[in-house]
Amino acid sequence: MAEMKKKPLSHYLLAGFFGLFVLFLYGPMFAVFLLSLQGPEGQLTFPMRGFSFYWLGAVFGEQRVGNFVEAFWRSLTLGLIVMVITVIFSVMAGLAFRSRFKGSNLVFYLTISSLIVPSILVSLGIGIVFGLVGIDNQWYSSALAGHLTWTLPFAFLIMLGIFGRFNPAYEEAARDLGASETTTFWQVVFPLIASSVVGVGLLGFTLSYDEFTRTSLISGETNTLPLEIFGMTTNVTSPALYALGTLTTIFSFVLIGVALFAIQALANRQSKPKQG
Amino acid sequence: MTATQNIPTPAQPARRSRAKPFNWKAWQPYLLAAPQTIVFLLFLVLPIAAIVTVSFWNFNGFAMTPGFTLNNYLGIFTSKVYLSTYLNTFKFAFLVWSVCLLISYPVAYFLSFHIKNPKWQTIWFLICTVPFLTSNIIRMISWIPFLGREGLINNALMGLHLTQKPVEIFLFSDFSVVLAMVHLYALFMVAPIFNSMVRIDRNLVAAAEDAGASPFQIQKEIILPLSAPGIAIGSIFVITLVMGEFATMRIMSGGKSSSVGYLIKNQLDSLQYPMAAANAVVLLIIALIIVFSILRVVDIRKEL
Repeated sequence: MAEMKKKPLSHYLLAGFFGLFVLFLYGPMFAVFLLSLQGPEGQLTFPMRGFSFYWLGAVFGEQRVGNFVEAFWRSLTLGLIVMVITVIFSVMAGLAFRSRFKGSNLVFYLTISSLIVPSILVSLGIGIVFGLVGIDNQWYSSALAGHLTWTLPFAFLIMLGIFGRFNPAYEEAARDLGASETTTFWQVVFPLIASSVVGVGLLGFTLSYDEFTRTSLISGETNTLPLEIFGMTTNVTSPALYALGTLTTIFSFVLIGVALFAIQALANRQSKPKQG
Repeated sequence: MTATQNIPTPAQPARRSRAKPFNWKAWQPYLLAAPQTIVFLLFLVLPIAAIVTVSFWNFNGFAMTPGFTLNNYLGIFTSKVYLSTYLNTFKFAFLVWSVCLLISYPVAYFLSFHIKNPKWQTIWFLICTVPFLTSNIIRMISWIPFLGREGLINNALMGLHLTQKPVEIFLFSDFSVVLAMVHLYALFMVAPIFNSMVRIDRNLVAAAEDAGASPFQIQKEIILPLSAPGIAIGSIFVITLVMGEFATMRIMSGGKSSSVGYLIKNQLDSLQYPMAAANAVVLLIIALIIVFSILRVVDIRKEL
C-alpha cells in the first residue's frame, strides 16, 4: 500500500494509455470472434443476429468460402518446412558468428538488409528470377524462397543475442574433459539453447504461416491461406470470412501455447540437474 | 551426467583430432555461415539484380523483350499519375510513422520504466506481441465491424445524436488506411524502443533526479537520446513496411487510394514486368535513401 501511494499521476496516465493500446490491439479481434458466432442471418457488422456455430461450420463447406482446407494444408506444410530450415540455418550462422571471421560484416549486413528491402520487391524479384531460369512458381519453390528471406533475418538476430549471452566456460570444460566438437555441441551447447531454439522455430513458423506480401506474386496457381483470405475479402460478404479469421487465429494461439509449454518444460529440465 | 561419461576418454586422441584438421577450424565459420548466406545471395541479391536488369527491358504491350531502354523510367518521371502515387505513398509512410512513434514511445516507456518487475515486463510485452502473430489480412478486416456505415462508431455517433446519417469517412478513406497500418505495424516500433529503453542504466536517471532535473529534462536529456537507436530501427521498419504495402491500401481504401506497391501489383497483373521493375527500382532507391539518412543521424550499431 505504501508503495502504491508514492506513484505519481503520470504513472496512472501512462498505465491508462497502455491499457488503451492493448484494447486497440485486441478489440477488433474480439469483435471478429463475436461476429463469427452469429446465427445464419448474420451480417458483417453489429448488432449480432442470433448465436450459433453456423458460420464456423460454413467455413468447411466448399462453395461458401472457396477452398480453404487445401490452402490451410499448404500453409501448414510450408510453415513447417520454413521452420526447420530457419532453425538449422540460423543456429549454424549463430555459431559461425561466435568467432570473428573475414567477411562477417558483409554477411551480417546482407542478412539485415533483407528486412529493409520492401517485401513486394522480394516477391517481384524472385518471381522474375524463377521465370528467367524456367522454374515454376509454386508455394514450395518460389514462395518458400520468399519466406526464408523474411524468417531468417529475425531468427539470425535472435541467435546472435542468445550466443552473445552464452557462457563459453561450459564448452571449454567439456573440451578439457576430452569431448569432441560434435559431442560438445549436442551434449552441452544445444541443451542450453534448446528453449530459445523452440522460440525461434515458433517465430519462423508463424511468420511464414501468416506471410502475405512476400508470397503474393510467387505462390503459383495455388494459394497459401493468407492469399486465399485476401482473395475472399473481395467476394465473400458473409460472416464466414470472420469465422475463417477466428479459426486461423485460434490455430495460431494454440501453437503459441504449445511452444510456450515446450519452452517451459525444456527450461525446467535444464534447471533440474543443477539442483540435484 | 555427460561430463562424467566423458572423463574416461583419454585426452590424447581428442587433442590429436583437434590439431590435425587445422583447415577445418579456420573454415568452420565460413561453412556454418554459408547456407544462410547462399539463401540471401540467391533470393535477395540475385532477384534485385534481375529487377534492375528487367527495368531497362522493352515492353511491347504484350510481353517483355531484352534490350536497353530508359523509357520505363522516363514514363515514371514524366507522368503526373505516377508522381502523385509516389507522393501519396510518402504521405502514408509519414502519417503511419508519426502515429506509430507517438503511440510507441509512451508504451515502451511505461513498460520499461514503470513496470519494475522484469517478469511482468516480459509478460506485458509478450501480451502486446500476440496479436502480431496472427494474419495481417484478418487483422485488417477486423476493423470493418467498427468503421463501416453500420459499424460500431457510426452506431455510437447516431445513438448519441451527434450525427443523423452514417459518416462515410471511417471506412474506405485515408483514415482507415492509416488506422489499419498503425494497428499492423506498431509493434515494429514498440519492440526496438522498448529494447533500447530497458538497457538504459537506471543510475543515470536517479543521478539526474538527485541533481534536481525535472521529468521533462530527464526525458529530453537522458531517455530520448539513449533510446534514439531503437527509434531509428523502428522507423526504418515502419517506413519500409508501409512503402511496399498494397494489401492494406486496397482493402482499407476500397481502391480509392493508391501507393507504389499497389501500382506495382496492378502492373504485374497486366504483365507489364519492365514497368513494374522500374517502379520497384525507384521505390528501392527511395527506401535506401531514407534508411541511410536515418543511419547517418543515429548510430544503431551499439544496439546490435
